[in-house]
Amino acid sequence: MKISGAQAIIQCFKQENVEVVFGYPGGAVLTLYDALYEANFPHILPRHEQGAVHAADGYARATGKVGVCIATSGPGATNLITGIATAYMDSVPIVAITGQVSVPLIGRDSFQEADTTGITTPITKHNYLIKNVNELPRVFKEAFHIARTGRPGPVLIDIAKDVFAAMIDFEYPQQVSLRGYIPIREGDEQAIATVYEELLQAQKPLFFVGGGLNLSDTSSMARKIVSHTGIPVVSSLMGLGCIAYDDPCNFGMIGMHGTYAGNMATTETDLLLGLGVRFDDRVTSQVDDFAPKAKIIHFDIDPAEINKNVRAQIGVIGDLKWSLAKLYEMISKRPSSEWEKQVAPWREQILSWKSAKPLSYNRNTEKIMPQEIIETISGLTKGQAIIVTDVGQHQMWTAQFYHFQEPRTLLTSGGLGTMGYGLPAAIGAKVGLPDKQVICICGDGGFMMNCQELMTIADLNLPVKIIIINNQSLGMVAQWQRKFYQGHYAHSRLKTKADFVKMAEAMGVPACRLESKEDMPHIISEVLKKEGPFLVDIRIPEEEDVLPMVPSGARLDQMIMGG
Amino acid sequence: MKYTLAVLVENKPGVLTHISGLISRRAFNIESLIAGYTEEKDMTRITMVVEAGDECELEQVINQLSKLIDVIKIIDLTGQDRIHRELALIKVTAPPARRAEIVNIVEIFRAHIVDVNKETMIIELTGEESKIDAMCELFEDYGIKEIVRTGRVAISRAPTPAKEM
Repeated sequence: MKISGAQAIIQCFKQENVEVVFGYPGGAVLTLYDALYEANFPHILPRHEQGAVHAADGYARATGKVGVCIATSGPGATNLITGIATAYMDSVPIVAITGQVSVPLIGRDSFQEADTTGITTPITKHNYLIKNVNELPRVFKEAFHIARTGRPGPVLIDIAKDVFAAMIDFEYPQQVSLRGYIPIREGDEQAIATVYEELLQAQKPLFFVGGGLNLSDTSSMARKIVSHTGIPVVSSLMGLGCIAYDDPCNFGMIGMHGTYAGNMATTETDLLLGLGVRFDDRVTSQVDDFAPKAKIIHFDIDPAEINKNVRAQIGVIGDLKWSLAKLYEMISKRPSSEWEKQVAPWREQILSWKSAKPLSYNRNTEKIMPQEIIETISGLTKGQAIIVTDVGQHQMWTAQFYHFQEPRTLLTSGGLGTMGYGLPAAIGAKVGLPDKQVICICGDGGFMMNCQELMTIADLNLPVKIIIINNQSLGMVAQWQRKFYQGHYAHSRLKTKADFVKMAEAMGVPACRLESKEDMPHIISEVLKKEGPFLVDIRIPEEEDVLPMVPSGARLDQMIMGG
Repeated sequence: MKYTLAVLVENKPGVLTHISGLISRRAFNIESLIAGYTEEKDMTRITMVVEAGDECELEQVINQLSKLIDVIKIIDLTGQDRIHRELALIKVTAPPARRAEIVNIVEIFRAHIVDVNKETMIIELTGEESKIDAMCELFEDYGIKEIVRTGRVAISRAPTPAKEM
């Protein structure tokens, strides 16, 4: 029996176990929306296409499944760009479906036409333009396969309007055949044996874990390795939660706003084992001076990551599921006590750095300190909530002061640093994991960038809690201006007559402003218990800095301390 | 240093966009790039001359290109025993009085005259880049109106085809 291209897409969704799509209708996707309507397919309507793609991204990060979003041609597709680039930088599996003008109109500057595949080529793992309905099942099969396997990433499918209406004998392929795409699952076992030898020799070994552990769901294996050996661990922003905050081997985040102990350990280690990290410049700072005393070992599924930013003496290419299991097999043959004898003095040294200069802030003030807000939320949720942040100071304070205990609980735009990510991504996370407490922590700047999604949250009555850390500034910009631009606050002040509480209420989300320090724990605790959505606007001091801070161009051990 | 890569890709629409997009995004230095059909209907072969500071930089180019879904295989022909050629068409000012000299040069270079009119001649030359450069230099005295060059194609001398290397 023949079905339409649009109906075929619904069938593809079912074959790929897609539970929900995030989308915004428009001219070129009307036929697809009619099929969604007929099939009563679960669909979330944000109020901007950027909201759709960030929500799909948040859904994917929280659940590990592929997030799906839909937009129409032209402006619909271009509104996805920031979200696709965000997902690309953080290797998030999403499939974005865009309408395109009809085949005869392509290339004629038709109404709402944009070269979507051309525009998205540098920010997608792969993309397609479907001009013939017969290609549709194969393309969908490949797209989902490419998005979720290997190093995950966004795949875009641009579909000409007439393809949705064209008829097809639908048959979903069982296999993909892509001779140019064969992700490396199992690499060279010998390399892991060499790593083991290096570990035996090392006096000051250090694990550096990243988002790859989340993506490959290998945090439990990494925890086994750490707990058997007692080797200290530091993390990138994306790796937070992979090793529990409470683990005595965990010394937190490193890099520009990393912990003193973590950055010192990275400076002094003689063997740095990067697991699913990409040695981003926010971590390495001056790359030539990064981990200057260490041999560097790099575990990654993407061969192009090895030696991209730092030279690795040994690269272990392959799925962490494979490589970490093999590594555990080897290290577990040596008793814990021997490992302990080898690494305990080194761990003690890092611990002494930690005790000497822990993360801190001014607790003796009448003002509500941002770090204290995060600590309060952390305590109330026992570090178990899904925390979705925006980008800026509040993001770094969250990374520093929220005690993440589980993987996939910090959803944040690490690579691209996308302001406006938080609110829509929180929607996606809550839709994907309705039983989890989802808290969106954002600044007053980034919040405004996708604040239209308050309506989505209200209309779905999604119990997302929104905490605005409000310093009436673009805080991170202002911090740099304070430190490096003689305090010239060039357009970083956001003092406004607008009222977030009234705005939230007008959009259907109950809200309050928190002004007194004494009330804070109590009010936040009440808010977190509320059934529906809620927004809290909290005023913090305008000139609070995120510290420690490694100024750009400096070494990791040259931190500006504070607190 | 210049490196010669043979890049085997799927013969599909959009492949060249993906390749050129990657080259610009990663800021790779590509001196020439030429694509054409191969012994297999569904495969296109691209010969690329890459300018890279060292092996490390080249490794990045190869690794990043390999990540493209439609790239089937990349072979570095630089160190291999290989043959490389380029084709050039050169339009030279050729008034009747000077044609004999030009024909002489063409014969010395084993080039061909493929068209002639009252004012100009078109000369076809196949060879390594240096040979083409040398002939162009000679023709400069006569006045070159136009040059079109294909960029380098390369093949290894070994019996094994690139797709099986």
